[in-house]
Amino acid sequence: MTEIIIAGIGQTDVGEHWGRSLRDLAVEAILQALDDAGGLRPQMLVVGNMLAPLLSNQSHLGALLADYAGLNGIEAYTVEAADASGAAALRQAWIAVRSGFVDAALAVGVEKATDRIGADLELALATLTDSDYELEQGLTPAAQAALLARRYLHDFQLPRESLGVFPQLAHAHAVDNPHAMFRRAISAELYARAATTQAPLNVFDGAPFADGAAAVLLTRADLLPANFPHPRVAIRGSATVTDALALHDRPDPLDFRAARLSAQKALTQAGYNHIEEMDFFEYSDTYSIYAALSLEAVGAAPRGGAPQRASTGAFNRDGRLPCATLGGLKARGHAGGATGLYQAVEAALQLRGQAGPAQLASARRGLIQSLGGPASVAITHLLERLT
Amino acid sequence: MEVPRHWRLKKQRYALVGEVCPHCEAKIFPPRDVCPECGGEAKTTFQFSGRGEVYSFTTIYNPPRGFEENVPYTVALVKLDEGPIVTAQLTDVDAEQVEIGMPVEMVTRRLRQDGDERGVIIYGYKFRPRSLAS
Ligand SMILES: [Zn+2]
Repeated sequence: MTEIIIAGIGQTDVGEHWGRSLRDLAVEAILQALDDAGGLRPQMLVVGNMLAPLLSNQSHLGALLADYAGLNGIEAYTVEAADASGAAALRQAWIAVRSGFVDAALAVGVEKATDRIGADLELALATLTDSDYELEQGLTPAAQAALLARRYLHDFQLPRESLGVFPQLAHAHAVDNPHAMFRRAISAELYARAATTQAPLNVFDGAPFADGAAAVLLTRADLLPANFPHPRVAIRGSATVTDALALHDRPDPLDFRAARLSAQKALTQAGYNHIEEMDFFEYSDTYSIYAALSLEAVGAAPRGGAPQRASTGAFNRDGRLPCATLGGLKARGHAGGATGLYQAVEAALQLRGQAGPAQLASARRGLIQSLGGPASVAITHLLERLT
Repeated sequence: MEVPRHWRLKKQRYALVGEVCPHCEAKIFPPRDVCPECGGEAKTTFQFSGRGEVYSFTTIYNPPRGFEENVPYTVALVKLDEGPIVTAQLTDVDAEQVEIGMPVEMVTRRLRQDGDERGVIIYGYKFRPRSLAS
């Protein structure tokens, strides 16, 4: 099998970068990734972005970012899959290199989230729902999550506070991530007292939508420079599965079918059968309820049982299946189309042994899963360190 | 200005007109011409009864542009008696009184005003508690 190696990684801090533009952020991440790869040059740039046409009045990011990153002339364009746009860019880069058409491909995810606020930001985000049948009723992504959370708590007779374990886990892990937006642990009491934003969800149940960029350079193992300075981390599974865009078009809205199927496909491609064979799982905790439904979809917890299992510490960094090891979307921050590439960068850091104080004791292989909306698309990659 | 889009959608919006699949009998809403159950062509019009029950609900205080004057409003997933689920605002009910399983029925109401100077008012389905029906 031709191994596709993560040769270079780069990431900016996630946060409110009032003084920085979309292109600044993307170029910083790209240059870091090129530097990290020790001189490899890509022939292709795939940009993952969610909402730049609406939030930044900027389309055609391929030509813009290739030029500004000093790569003028190479093949470049954007792919969009809502919150999973970065993961989609990674997959397109992987396909390009895996096919042999391209020797080295760079995937960059970028979002400039904080240039719009209030109702304009809510409208931009709501275009990610089914515009004719969800947005037209005034639905927003936060409201989609609230609809799922309320039904989930009802069906499994769980207290409202049971979802708090996910943001608590994320915040505790982000303390050790210098690029994270929120590096302060939160207590169960603080969570329980937090203001309700979109009932039954409170302010801690939703990941902060923030600015950021992350980049990954892929190449074939045989093309790595002789003096390549890092342990070799390969992408050994890659799968995209879609579901109905609208929640109402699914027979069981609490079943994250796309998450389940894409995880299965990625595991199978790499020769594994079960999530328990992974050393970690980077899920999409866009909302706390999405963390729960993702864990249940991939088989890491029984249906209705993810909060309870999380409360035993199973998903902490020293647990059976560490999740959100550098803070997840909730505490690292959700930088829109960059998020899927932050997951890839963080997984590469864990597998290379470069995660600093956040380093897992054992990290040979892990699954990263990026959801677009409420798992309207799920893109899963399996990363493994080669021996 | 999005007048053509609203014109296109008015049958579904005003009257909850969907489709029924001639191959597997699945009732389909919104209409889509391809049956989500069996993949067959499904273009036969079907008039839904407009009755159903609340599958889930949430009240929105941070609206998208265009819905500011509606705040707060409650949006529900309504499971129709014929099977499909629709996303719709609830009306004629206090948010505190809504609960999962509550029987509801469709009414046609003003959804919002289109956000420009021509002031097109968008009408569409909402649902109200069925006990209010006469
Ligand atoms: Zn059918």
